[in-house]
Amino acid sequence: MVWGVVQFPGSCDERDALHACELAGGEARLIWHESRDLDGVDAVVVPGGFSYGDYLRAGAIARFSPAMEAVAEFAAGGGPVLGICNGFQVLCEADLLPGALLVNDNLRFVCRQVELVDDGDERLSIPAKHGEGRYWAPDEMLDAIEAGGQVAFRYAPGQNPNGSARDIAGVRNEAGNVLGLMPHPEHAVDAMTGSTDGLRIFEALARVGNPA
Amino acid sequence: MGEAAHRVLGLTDSEFDLIVEKLGREPNRVELAMFSLLWSEHCAYKHSRKLLRRLPTEGERVVMGPGENAGAVSIGEAHAIAFKVESHNHPSAVEPFQGAATGVGGILRDVFALGARPIAILDSLRFGELDSVRSRHLLDGAVRGIGHYGNSIGVPTVGGEIYFEAPYEHNCLVNAMCVGIAKRDEMVRAAAAGVGNAVVLIGASTGRDGIGGASVLASAELGDGDEAKRPTVQIGDPFEESKVLECCLELLGKGLLVSLQDLGAAGLTSSASEMASAGGVGIDIDVARVPLREADMEPFEIMVSESQERMLAVVEPGRVGEVLAVCEKWQTGGAEIGAIADSGLVRVLRDGEVVGEIPVEALVDGCPLYDLEPAEPDGWIYGNRATLGESATPAETLLALLGSPSVASKRWAFEQYDSIVGSRTARRPESADAAVLAIPEADAAIAVSIDGNGRRVACDPYAGTVEAVLECAQNLACAGAEPLGLTNCLNFGNPEKPATAWQLDRSVQGLADACTALGVPVVGGNVSLYNEGPEGPIYPTPVVGMVGELPDPILAAPSAFAAAGDAIALLGPFEPTLAGSELAKLRGELEAGLPQPDVAAVAAACAAVRAAVRAGLLASAHDVSDGGLACALAEAAIGSDLGCSVDLQHLRERGCSPEEALFGEGPGGFVISGAREKLESLAGDGVAVLHLGKVGGETIEIAAGDRSLTVPLGEAENAWRSLAV
Repeated sequence: MVWGVVQFPGSCDERDALHACELAGGEARLIWHESRDLDGVDAVVVPGGFSYGDYLRAGAIARFSPAMEAVAEFAAGGGPVLGICNGFQVLCEADLLPGALLVNDNLRFVCRQVELVDDGDERLSIPAKHGEGRYWAPDEMLDAIEAGGQVAFRYAPGQNPNGSARDIAGVRNEAGNVLGLMPHPEHAVDAMTGSTDGLRIFEALARVGNPA
Repeated sequence: MGEAAHRVLGLTDSEFDLIVEKLGREPNRVELAMFSLLWSEHCAYKHSRKLLRRLPTEGERVVMGPGENAGAVSIGEAHAIAFKVESHNHPSAVEPFQGAATGVGGILRDVFALGARPIAILDSLRFGELDSVRSRHLLDGAVRGIGHYGNSIGVPTVGGEIYFEAPYEHNCLVNAMCVGIAKRDEMVRAAAAGVGNAVVLIGASTGRDGIGGASVLASAELGDGDEAKRPTVQIGDPFEESKVLECCLELLGKGLLVSLQDLGAAGLTSSASEMASAGGVGIDIDVARVPLREADMEPFEIMVSESQERMLAVVEPGRVGEVLAVCEKWQTGGAEIGAIADSGLVRVLRDGEVVGEIPVEALVDGCPLYDLEPAEPDGWIYGNRATLGESATPAETLLALLGSPSVASKRWAFEQYDSIVGSRTARRPESADAAVLAIPEADAAIAVSIDGNGRRVACDPYAGTVEAVLECAQNLACAGAEPLGLTNCLNFGNPEKPATAWQLDRSVQGLADACTALGVPVVGGNVSLYNEGPEGPIYPTPVVGMVGELPDPILAAPSAFAAAGDAIALLGPFEPTLAGSELAKLRGELEAGLPQPDVAAVAAACAAVRAAVRAGLLASAHDVSDGGLACALAEAAIGSDLGCSVDLQHLRERGCSPEEALFGEGPGGFVISGAREKLESLAGDGVAVLHLGKVGGETIEIAAGDRSLTVPLGEAENAWRSLAV
């Protein structure tokens, strides 16, 4: 199983993502933003951070990078793609996921452990850290996303840190191979630093990318 | 251009005369600008350098000491932990967001200039009372600025402190500390070397940021509509810095640099001359080769600009091409702007023509150093303002203390900081008494704390400063960490005034004595003077940052209680009084004087707690500080969502009144919890352990003679969590 983690100028959590991928199983490598070659990876992670300094809008410039063109093709072909935080923003800007991420409702950056509920009603404890994590889409789009089973994670009741519509913390595309979430599962893989609930998300992606 | 210019730039007449004598002529415009900056208090430490010679700076773990860009101590077989604290007080009082942001940017550069990758930031902040609109504005801006810079560049902000006191109303303090990790054999010093080597400027382009007072030297008059010439506030760009950081670390990793220095206060002037001085060489800078943000900048402007995110490197001539290629890869600036010379001079050229030249020694070491004329003031000089009535009950007093902004939880602030990027943070803010970071490269971990209580230093500058060092050591002990080294920022008023001079002299002596007694070397630091206004000086505020080592990050004890039924004890030579306490402040009863700390006894207590934490004997450990024992117990309860019931009888037997036992302050107190036999096994060999009570229930119940109190846990939590802007 080979993971590729895209690295932009200004990415912050790419090394944490590399480590999480390897804990989930396999080998993980960085994909430099200027490279059009994904080097035969089985799954792609677009990590957290402040790619291109969040100039213009978070993720707005990263989506035009050569690496993201390759990721779009990979996704169109059914390849599994995980976007975390800034990565989620990049995937929305690239139209690989529906909706947009806006500034947090209290207008401040927030770093806090939150509880998520997945579509199987399992609870996961994962840290969130972002200034622009409020998920938004027009009501008709939200209705379609929910009806299509594309809501992958919601913040548990009372735990929404940013005012996201319908407490949505993560969504999938219609085909189900692209997943984006604002909280950081790569920071929940080691008991020393917090919970290990994030590993499940990487393991699920590994199953899609490398079916036994 | 006559005498008046030098005075406007802050040089005294006798300093100007000394410059004329050293040059053998009057300085020209460029030279005057350079002298005015390098001979300023900020750069030359005119009033503090003699005092700082008292500090102990050596130790077997010291890899880099004072004088380098940052200090460093060894860890593991092959690594070093680099760290330093610096102030950015005056800019933050003007523009708190950018002042605090660029303070973080500057200290990050000091650390990666050594070749160390920054892994943590901590911040020590002081503002006026929160009923002032200005102080709320400064607090809000500073916290957002620190978050903006640290979060964007991907370095976690893992700890800090914030105090609110009237003497800081017009002079806030923003002290930023950075910790980094390096391989010892890849570290680089700042001394320029190699006559004929190239000088390369890396990073952002140079503009008019921070030129300030030197603008009086501009050759054209400042016209009303002449925006282009107006000096601008320093603006930080963390994205640019992240590129510069990766570029520099790659250059150092590839062995492409002879030396490296960051550009901070006084920009190119200070970096170039300090590098040359350290290396005993001369340096030529051609300002025409400096990439500029504005085309019409004058040579003096280019030399004193404080544009951010720039580094100066010395490179062998044959390798300049490779260096520029790495800069290109990281999309950051790179330009060869000069060379190392055999001249002993700092020469400024424009397109090959000399526009200024100064002997290095005159610029960097020629500044006169002044002796202080200290005189102890007559009693307490800072005034008092009572906000807590005489009739407050003990329960109301506890709630008032917990809700006092200096004591209250700072969660409103630290939740605006990314404290986890990098995956090293084993103890996030407020979970333990010190931040704890894993250092898997060295099969170890570090704990870091930053502390200082200006009000207590104002009561007794010697004892208060000793207490700051002990506070750090106690916080590290709760994490199971042994101190390795210390950095400090001395924030004081005008040293030319005898009372401030006395405070500075006594404080530095306290720092020196405490560090010597504990065997902790000072590896670097910073001085910020002239923090005062018409109403008077700030509290004398030495801020101490300490780094310690522990074998395994999972050992660090939490501050909060762990389980109902656990016993609670007080360990250490704690002898509380109300002198300098938060309660005395709330009652408007502050006065001069503090008991003298027993450093040896506190050190023994730290050793006992450290050993107990490492052996896994304690369920929790929390040092007693602001607000006294009652607040420490309440904090441990709130953090665990478990109440406690304790009796302070044994503590009162040491000779303190019920009120002193509850709310008195002083060093040497640790609140520990766990199995009773394990706690009591720590007593002995000069270490006292007093049984207090046990964890459990939904109230905080403290028996203290006629001052007993019971407070519901929920009310205590509401008070403690009340700080927000």
